[in-house]
Order: sequence, then C-alpha cells, then structure tokens
Amino acid sequence: MPTSANLDATFRALSDPTRRAILARLAQGEASVMELAEPFAMSQPAISKHLKVLENAGLISRGRDAQRRPCKLEAQPLAEATGWLIEYRKYWEAQFERLDDLLDELKRLEAMTGKT
Amino acid sequence: MAFGGPLRISMPSDTEILTERDFAAPGHLVFACYTQPPLIKRWLTGPPGWTMPVCVFEPRPGGRYRYEWHKGEERLAMSGVIHAITVPEHILSEEAFDQDETGGTSKSAVDFAERPEGTTVVNRLTYASKALRDQIAATGMAEGMEMSFQHLDALLAEGWS
Repeated sequence: MPTSANLDATFRALSDPTRRAILARLAQGEASVMELAEPFAMSQPAISKHLKVLENAGLISRGRDAQRRPCKLEAQPLAEATGWLIEYRKYWEAQFERLDDLLDELKRLEAMTGKT
Repeated sequence: MAFGGPLRISMPSDTEILTERDFAAPGHLVFACYTQPPLIKRWLTGPPGWTMPVCVFEPRPGGRYRYEWHKGEERLAMSGVIHAITVPEHILSEEAFDQDETGGTSKSAVDFAERPEGTTVVNRLTYASKALRDQIAATGMAEGMEMSFQHLDALLAEGWS
C-alpha cells in the first residue's frame, strides 16, 4: 500500500497540467527529453525541471543511455494514486456479483430437476 | 454467504495480473457460466449501461470466442482463440481487444478448483511484455487521471486565485 508521503509526492507531481501531458505522452511509449519538449513549445531545461519532479515522485524513470536518457512511465505509483486498481476491482466485482446470482439460479434449477 | 467474494488481485510478475474469486457453487456450474454463450451473456455484460449482444464461445481446442459490448453507438469488442480446454477445470486462451492498437495479445489461463464449500476461479493474464501490461494499464489510467484532475485543477484555481 502507498504511504501518505508517497501519495503526497505523487499528487503534487500530478497537480501540473504540463506534467500530466508528459505522462499521457509517456503512456504511448518511451521518449527522450528532446522528443518531449517538442509538442510543448518549452525549452529543454524547463521540461527537464518537470521531469525531475516526476522522477522524484517515482512516476517516471530515466534510461541509462547517456546520450538519450529516455523517460519511461512507472505504472505502479500512478495506479495507486488514480485508483486504477480500485476501478479494476470494482468493475470485476460487479460482474462476479451477477455471476453469483446466476449460479444461485442454476443451483435451484438443478435441485428442482433432481440432479445434484 | 459463507463462501464467495471478495475478489483478490495481484501482480505476481512484471507481465502478469492475477485475479482469484470464490463462488458458492459446484465446479461444473461455474465452468458452464464461463463456456456457454447464453450463460456468459447473463453476467459478463460490462460496465453499467452496457449490454452484450454478441457472444460466441466454441469450447474446444482451436475454438474461437468473440465478445461485443454495446452502449448506444459505442462499441467495445474482444476476440480470442482457445489453445487448451479441460472440462470442468481449465481454459487456456489468447485474446485481444479490437481497440488495442499495439497488436499485442494477452494469454489467459483460467483454473477452476472445486472444494467442498464451492469453487475457486483463478485467472492469470499474461502480457507479451511489462511495457505492454503497463501501457494497457497506463492508457486507461491516463484517461481516468485526466478526468479526475480536471476537478483538482478547478479546486487549485479556486484556492490560489
């Protein structure tokens, strides 16, 4: 489970629209600082500052390739912060509760027809 | 109910999602609900407001399955092929959403374990890579996040203006 300090860092990092746009871009795949700077009409140092915040919050990691140092989305803190797992669970629980009801119905039907 | 729920979800490795759920019913009934289209259509109906008008499931090795969910004009669909099936305890298949543009498929292994008090269903979803699993998860997350954080934007704007 995420600690509240972790969540704090995550939410602070996510509170900026540019940083959220960077994450949305990285959800499509890895990208270098130069590639990230392009669509935002921002300087590379400005983008680098945003990346530092995201990296400190554990939302992204940087590759070892000294030249490119590609940025990569780290899914787990985001999942914890945005409740993706919670949504996933809620969705499947709803399906399985319908299955519970259907199984009850089938059990009654079997009991009626004498099959056990 | 003594046996049944709650759903257990874990990520046992970088490329997997594992779900486990108990049902208070014998294995052959649970298996039927996973393999007979008239029964599948009764419970695998998707999010609230959606229906499942198309459901094909050919329960044999090499058999195909196809699920389509509709809500008004919106469509969501998934196709798969069954690699192995053992009645009433195991289904191994490979599937992909129509909407998934990565071209990647995921493997699904479903195991049904009957106990005196009911049946435990374990579903192991394995993606081609960690990147693919995270991408599938993150794409959905980025969308959900954008919606949640529109509210936060509004809140912050209020607080700081």
